Amino acid sequence: MSATTTLRQSWIIMLRDLKHWQREPWTPLFGIAFTIMLVLVFGYLFGGSIVLPGGGDYLDYLMPGMFALAMMFGLEGTMTAIANDSKRGVTQRFRSLPISSVAVPLGRAGADLANSTVELLVLVGGGLVIGWRAGGSWSESLLAVALLLWLRFALLWVGILLGLVLRGEGGVMAVQVLVWPLGFLSNVFVSPEDMPAWLGTVAQWNPVSATAAACRDLFGNPTGITTGPLAEHATTVALVWPLVIAAVFVPLSARAYRRLSG
Amino acid sequence: MTQAPSLPAPATGPALHARGLRKHYGGTAALDGFDLTVERGTVHALLGPNGAGKSTAVNTLATLTRVEEGEARVAGLDVRSQHAQVRSAIGLVGQAAALDEVLHGRENLVMFARLHGLSTPAARDRAAGLLEALDLTEAADRKVSTYSGGMRRRLDIAVALLTRPAVLFLDEPTTGLDPRGRADVWEAVRRAVALGTTVLLTTQYLDEADQLADRITVMDAGRVVAEGSPAELKSRLGGDRVLVGLPDAVDAAVVRDAVAAVTHSEVHVDRDAGGLVVEAGTAGGTHALVAVVRALDASGVTPTHVHLREPTLDEVFLHLTDRTATPEESHS
Repeated sequence: MSATTTLRQSWIIMLRDLKHWQREPWTPLFGIAFTIMLVLVFGYLFGGSIVLPGGGDYLDYLMPGMFALAMMFGLEGTMTAIANDSKRGVTQRFRSLPISSVAVPLGRAGADLANSTVELLVLVGGGLVIGWRAGGSWSESLLAVALLLWLRFALLWVGILLGLVLRGEGGVMAVQVLVWPLGFLSNVFVSPEDMPAWLGTVAQWNPVSATAAACRDLFGNPTGITTGPLAEHATTVALVWPLVIAAVFVPLSARAYRRLSG
Repeated sequence: MTQAPSLPAPATGPALHARGLRKHYGGTAALDGFDLTVERGTVHALLGPNGAGKSTAVNTLATLTRVEEGEARVAGLDVRSQHAQVRSAIGLVGQAAALDEVLHGRENLVMFARLHGLSTPAARDRAAGLLEALDLTEAADRKVSTYSGGMRRRLDIAVALLTRPAVLFLDEPTTGLDPRGRADVWEAVRRAVALGTTVLLTTQYLDEADQLADRITVMDAGRVVAEGSPAELKSRLGGDRVLVGLPDAVDAAVVRDAVAAVTHSEVHVDRDAGGLVVEAGTAGGTHALVAVVRALDASGVTPTHVHLREPTLDEVFLHLTDRTATPEESHS
């Protein structure tokens, strides 16, 4: 199967996935509404009582973190879509076709990245409306957006694997609950330097923290970081973490797809 | 313009040919020396109760299940050594519809056609042709989730026909459908054959095999119990059935004796709301019918109606499977 053939097949699958959102837009709309709600709750309800290490406005600190968190929570949508497809007959039909075994996951990846790009635009727009300001240059801001999508791309393979492996409702529910502590155990809402030492270390090494820290840096927002690896090398870590995740989960999910039965 | 992979089928020989297929699941034999020959351009029904081995036979011929023993050729291709070629020469419609529920019917066809390698214009043409052929044009631009069971099954068949398969396998195509849906699927099968495909279908319904099939293979416990055209199988019961309706007041014993004396066969007498219904087998055709009326007339009985009919496949089926205990009769 040549690369162009695989890409063409992935493109066809991607258009199909996008059409699902066009026909049933409630899932992505709900995702965006939910993130906006989180911004309002943390930005206004809790924000006033949070003082950042190194100083700075909390809303400016929060928004890049929310972008990164939205990218992480996106894996739920990926997982649910893949699980729904594989429960129905359509995945069986895809598997019986003479197409590349990565076409279906790649198509999903393309559609999810398109969805997340729209979500990011809405969040950035919403952030600007409520007073968030990016002080960095245009090129730095674009690099920040690229890093966010890069995290989304890596994590969506985790979503594909989970969707294929945990097809039952119970498994999907469990992941939907478990992403919460994983998302909160990061620098998205509070600086790890304000956490108990061991918790702060874990939060610091959360891949979401690396992307959030790099974005704060690139957007010219307060980072809440005075020391540690993310103080100097946030962008590098935000590049490497997703690479490691993708290197592990792309082959795993491709294998799970090939082995799918029933 | 790219075309769907065309079939490499040779121009002669049967569409399907199987000899002595065996397949075990655990200790039980799903196929126990199964033979089958299906001529090109025909509809062949595998008829049998649940667990007779019908689906295993189809899965084996479609290369989804590995054969333990025996040999089989599909469109001249060996199911053991030519997996990929066999798969590109067949279409398979399973019991669950393999469709995208959110997309429209037409969008499903275009998408699957494009994934088979057709260009977008060619895929649109092919989709339009199949929608027309399977009478789905009206519903083509609606979500599949709004389709009835029969419409889904027809769209499933249309998707299977995208590649112009030499052989189309239909595993219980009308299970779970209402009568209207069944009739529509039957029509779809006839149209698929008109498009040049050979059809092998499995069914538990005798009227379905009777309606659709040129030839029927009756299966039980993984083996062939009988094979023939619907008419041949029915003639095995020894001819037609005479039905006589009688007024309520008539003495059943008198009627039974009078009919039995003429038909020389077992006579069933049922009492229903309208009176008595008498049924008997006969090899004599219309002559027997006249003889029955004369005999009743002689006994002073006037029938409300008389009727001659062919035996149903249900009767044939029960007759055949009752005899499977005697091995020498299990091959025809």
